[in-house]
Amino acid sequence: MNRIISFPHVGDYSYFIKPFLEKVTLEKVKIAPPITKKTVEIGSKLSPDSVCMPFKYNIGCYVEALEEGANILFQFGGGCRYGNYAELQKTILSDLGYEFEFYEFIKKGKTSFNYIYKTFKSINSELTRMTLLKELILVFLKIMIFDKSEHYTRKKIEKDEGEFKKLKYKFINDLCNERNIFKIFKIKHHYKLKRKTIKVKKPKLKVGIIGELYTAMEPFSTFNLENELKKYDISVKRFTDVSYLLFYKKLFHPFFRFKIKDYLKYHIGADATCNVYRLLYLKKKGYDGVIHTKPFGCTPEVGVMPILSKISNEENIPIMFLSFDTQDSDTGMRTRIEAFNDMLLMRKEKKNGK
Amino acid sequence: MGNKKAYLGIDIGSISTKGVIIDENNNIICSSYLWTKGVPIQAVKNLLKELKKNLPDGYIVVSCGTTGSARRLIGIMTGASVIKNEITAHAIGTSSIYKDVKTIFEIGGQDSKIILIDNGIVTDYAMNTICAAGTGAFLSSQAKRLEIDVQDFGRIALTSKNPTKIAARCTVFAESDLVHKAQIGHKKEDIIAGLCYSVVNNYLNNVAKGKKIKPPIVFQGGVSKNIGVVKAFCDVTGEDIITDPNGHLMGALGVAILSKKEKEEVFDFNVLDLDFETKGYECKRCPNHCEIIAIKKDKKIIDTWGNRCERGAII
Repeated sequence: MNRIISFPHVGDYSYFIKPFLEKVTLEKVKIAPPITKKTVEIGSKLSPDSVCMPFKYNIGCYVEALEEGANILFQFGGGCRYGNYAELQKTILSDLGYEFEFYEFIKKGKTSFNYIYKTFKSINSELTRMTLLKELILVFLKIMIFDKSEHYTRKKIEKDEGEFKKLKYKFINDLCNERNIFKIFKIKHHYKLKRKTIKVKKPKLKVGIIGELYTAMEPFSTFNLENELKKYDISVKRFTDVSYLLFYKKLFHPFFRFKIKDYLKYHIGADATCNVYRLLYLKKKGYDGVIHTKPFGCTPEVGVMPILSKISNEENIPIMFLSFDTQDSDTGMRTRIEAFNDMLLMRKEKKNGK
Repeated sequence: MGNKKAYLGIDIGSISTKGVIIDENNNIICSSYLWTKGVPIQAVKNLLKELKKNLPDGYIVVSCGTTGSARRLIGIMTGASVIKNEITAHAIGTSSIYKDVKTIFEIGGQDSKIILIDNGIVTDYAMNTICAAGTGAFLSSQAKRLEIDVQDFGRIALTSKNPTKIAARCTVFAESDLVHKAQIGHKKEDIIAGLCYSVVNNYLNNVAKGKKIKPPIVFQGGVSKNIGVVKAFCDVTGEDIITDPNGHLMGALGVAILSKKEKEEVFDFNVLDLDFETKGYECKRCPNHCEIIAIKKDKKIIDTWGNRCERGAII
């Protein structure tokens, strides 16, 4: 039987994970069909109703991938309730009669090199630690380079809409096909220069996006919030991406905890603790407003909302809370963004004394 | 036709459609208010007819703005110079009449919002998100259950001396609470008054949560016509609540004021009699199946929306 590997989407990271899995497992890897309304429909039909939204999206992706012939599935999530997804998803999918193997990257909230090695070893018995290490470094490097480029493009507003997007996919393509570290840096440099040649406008406002990780990284789940904001000439800063989750979070977490000790003493799960720090940071850096996104019913983020409201009142920085589930219409969100934009502009005008 | 300039604002909500015409000093010259009945285009046609009839001689409408949930559709059709969201429109409209207003409570048919204003500018706002609890729709469905007219709701509520406590969190809980309380013998007027309090508590606990409510407070939207709810707001917040007889027109007024800044062009009241057609179809180019709406004027597409990618773009 042909072994075909697949995994759920988060943003554009699938393109990076595919070559990595191919090299490590030596099996065929298939990227699940892009997330569409149909994915969400399947997902919400098969998931418990009250579960958070990423679960539904994941299930939808799995089913679509299984329909396309995949039979080895991966779950990369962990942290909050996400960490318990794998078990339930496995059960739901096998109850539907699909036959597949299911692997998780993070077990009981923890992961280690050895654990990952063992997982892949059970798929590809010829795998050595050296190969895995090399591939991991390569894929992390690529992802970090990509995330950095995304940070740049989010901040800039191109004159002709879509220029950055076109360049992004070329960049991803070149990056993913390259295995030589020196050439990767060459590509990075090349595209950096290219991005600089794109004509940009001066942003009218600066807004930070904080909140839960899935809604931050998967544009489909938030009706492409960042693009919507760009239409109003708003430059966006977003913290959460894969390089943050893998490295920066671990590295800076004690620092964040120290910085926010006046507001929050304990770790309250997932990215909630960091969000408090981020809000203070954005205020300090002179951002005009903050948008907080979360799936409906996300426990850590709901827990942190009163603290964020308090800071927003005390420090006088507007914050808008958006909850997303599997709803179909984006009208509500657009109205809110439009009003938020109006409000920020009015505040800014007043501040500048016009 | 005269030459005094006038400006038109239309607010097309889910339940009702409101229109005002103002002069250059933001005074309302004439207004109209009717039900949308799910057909915004027809409602606006009727609205324009009525406004045209009521417009005194000597005025000429030079600019038009739209707001409300059907603002984009109607905005394109009428060639409006401003298409604005309800929140901004309400804030501007209300602060043009109450210059020192600090808080606006708005409860409409489907949504409820709170707008905080400082020196005439919006500093913070919130809108109910996924749930429609505590809005006009809930009150009217409960009125139907109790077999009373929504218009009498407030009057009956005021006769109660001991309002029944009804769960405020969620309409489903509120409804089962209501049935239960009725069955164990609570008086009807007490239950009705209890419902008014539950709407207020729901509003203050959800939409207005964490917001600093400062007087003067203006309460508007369809539910502000319900004196029972107004009284409940007074009791719970301990502040005076201002309601305006023109409270329902604030959105339309706001957008009319906004349209003053735009370029001027004589507005044709018969604009909707042209051959307009809206056509909805599903884009089949990918499994997303975007529902695209195209608006045609004289068989030519003038605008489309609903598509999420380039593939669905047809003009």
